[in-house]
Amino acid sequence: MIRVEGIHKSFGKVHAVRGLSFDALDGRITGLLGPNGAGKSTTLRILCTLLRPDEGTASIDGADVVADSHGARRRIGSLPHDSGLYPRLTARENIAYYARLCGLDKGLIEDRVDGIVKTLEIGDFADRRAKGFSHGQRTKVALGRALVHDPGNLLLDEPTAGLDVIATRSLRELILKLKDEGRCVLFSSHVMQEVAALCDDICIMAAGRIAIHDSVDGIRQRTGCDDLEEAFLAALALVEDD
Amino acid sequence: MGAFFHVFRKEVVDNFRDRRSLLTAVAMVAMFPLLMASLIGFQIDRSFDTETDLVSLPVIGAGHAPNLMRYLESRHIDIVAGPGDTDAAMAAVEAGDLDVVLRVPENFGEQLADMIPAKVELYLDQANTAGDADVGRVLDALYAYNQTLANIRISARGVNPNLLRPLNIDTIDVSTPSGRAAILLGMMSYFLLFSLLMGGMYLAIDATAGERERGSLEPLLSLPVTRSHLILGKIAACGVFMAVSLLLSLLSWFVALRFIPLAQIGMTPNFSLPVVFAAFLLLCPMLFIGASLMTLVSSFTKTYKEAQTWLSFVILAPTMPILIVSFLNLRPRLEFMFIPSLSQHLILVDMISNEPVNLLHAAISAASTLALGAILAWACVRIYRREALLG
Repeated sequence: MIRVEGIHKSFGKVHAVRGLSFDALDGRITGLLGPNGAGKSTTLRILCTLLRPDEGTASIDGADVVADSHGARRRIGSLPHDSGLYPRLTARENIAYYARLCGLDKGLIEDRVDGIVKTLEIGDFADRRAKGFSHGQRTKVALGRALVHDPGNLLLDEPTAGLDVIATRSLRELILKLKDEGRCVLFSSHVMQEVAALCDDICIMAAGRIAIHDSVDGIRQRTGCDDLEEAFLAALALVEDD
Repeated sequence: MGAFFHVFRKEVVDNFRDRRSLLTAVAMVAMFPLLMASLIGFQIDRSFDTETDLVSLPVIGAGHAPNLMRYLESRHIDIVAGPGDTDAAMAAVEAGDLDVVLRVPENFGEQLADMIPAKVELYLDQANTAGDADVGRVLDALYAYNQTLANIRISARGVNPNLLRPLNIDTIDVSTPSGRAAILLGMMSYFLLFSLLMGGMYLAIDATAGERERGSLEPLLSLPVTRSHLILGKIAACGVFMAVSLLLSLLSWFVALRFIPLAQIGMTPNFSLPVVFAAFLLLCPMLFIGASLMTLVSSFTKTYKEAQTWLSFVILAPTMPILIVSFLNLRPRLEFMFIPSLSQHLILVDMISNEPVNLLHAAISAASTLALGAILAWACVRIYRREALLG
């Protein structure tokens, strides 16, 4: 479970996150939805302890991202915006490297990597070097890498951006599978359909704040819009009125 | 410390697969000494040839001065028939077909007998440097013949020829053969250090700026790993590449020096295998500085290209003291031993010149170099703790 309470973060004069609070629950997919520049990536970076909040607290399964950053990182797996694979290592080596860094036992690593290769169905190219991978292949391997230490919480930063229809569909199925395993999945996107198709809860973010946080149906009701895209725009208008 | 080892291993494997960068570095490091050796060897051969080899001298009118011709032949100058006339001689020298032509005019004998300075003409081209050595030999011989005749004439009149020699100039070269070798080979430590740094440059860039540019730094730092272990693993991997490069360079010099006929010019550098091994140990502390410095600088940069630009300047920094010192020709002193790269250079020169190495100097050199390396590594750790690293 991810808990965010009143966090602020500024970069120089830019106040990127302004008093953000929300909970993302286990066994559910929470979508962080907002236009570009709403502060989604900053929030995710704070959660994986790359950035420190100026104010407020955030915790992963109770581990504070500042006071116990190591503990927080142990409980979280993160799929960044760029997949960030090592092009001269094979898919399997990329995953195994992270497994070793996370301190998995030597004997366990091979089984663990095999398991991930099977789950993500990447066996076809698991032993090829990452250099020539397609965008979809890269994203899958990066997701496998994020799962290597079996974290209870997953952060996905616009995972479907730039993927074709088939790759998007297979990634969605994977994310649903991860949710069914009881993990807490936090998913950022600026594409409405993407979030609507996948998420149980939606946080609509604008200008560093939460405009609305509810289930898909709840958002429809509260904004009075049937169409989620309309609801999105209505929610954004709420923030701008403040 | 598990993460340290895994990062180290991954960086070594990963960069070993970067064949193009690897080949560039290896070619540069291994080929340079061989190239230098053939250049130096060629130069020595040329200067050595001129001492004993026959110089062939085309002469016009050799029959007018049979004594002079015999004298020249006694000085290893082979007299051959020259071109037909002066015009042909000038054309041949100008075209570079002949380096030098001597013409003895018809009235040479008469002038000599009449005590008139007897004229001989030497055709040469000063722009033709390849002929310098031959021209010098011929001129020296002519001046010597001139001196010999003068001495005979003065003696014949009962005057001591030494009257014409108020000064007796004698140059005494105090350098030992090994010492002379050290001057030539002083630049060797410069190239050894350069090779050392060169060997780790690509890895340092790839592991820092490259990691950031690929977008792999962010997920790496999101792992439950202590950041200092990550960066220290990268520095260690860089150091190992530098060590291999240094070893390669040392062995390449070892082979190359076999092919330089240094003994012919009175140089006997000591670069036996034990010295190679000692030189490796001596330079080992520089691995720590090199790897930390390169990692530090490229950590500040955002892209591979930017890092490359910066590092091509950084690679010069540790070699600067050596350059300065080889111009000033300084001898080892205690206070110099506190300056990394300078201290190694001075000790290495002593080792090659077969002079005893001061062990205290070697210890101070190693300690101060390691200390600076530790400071740089600590700075790397500090940078990796900052969140601005992701910039």
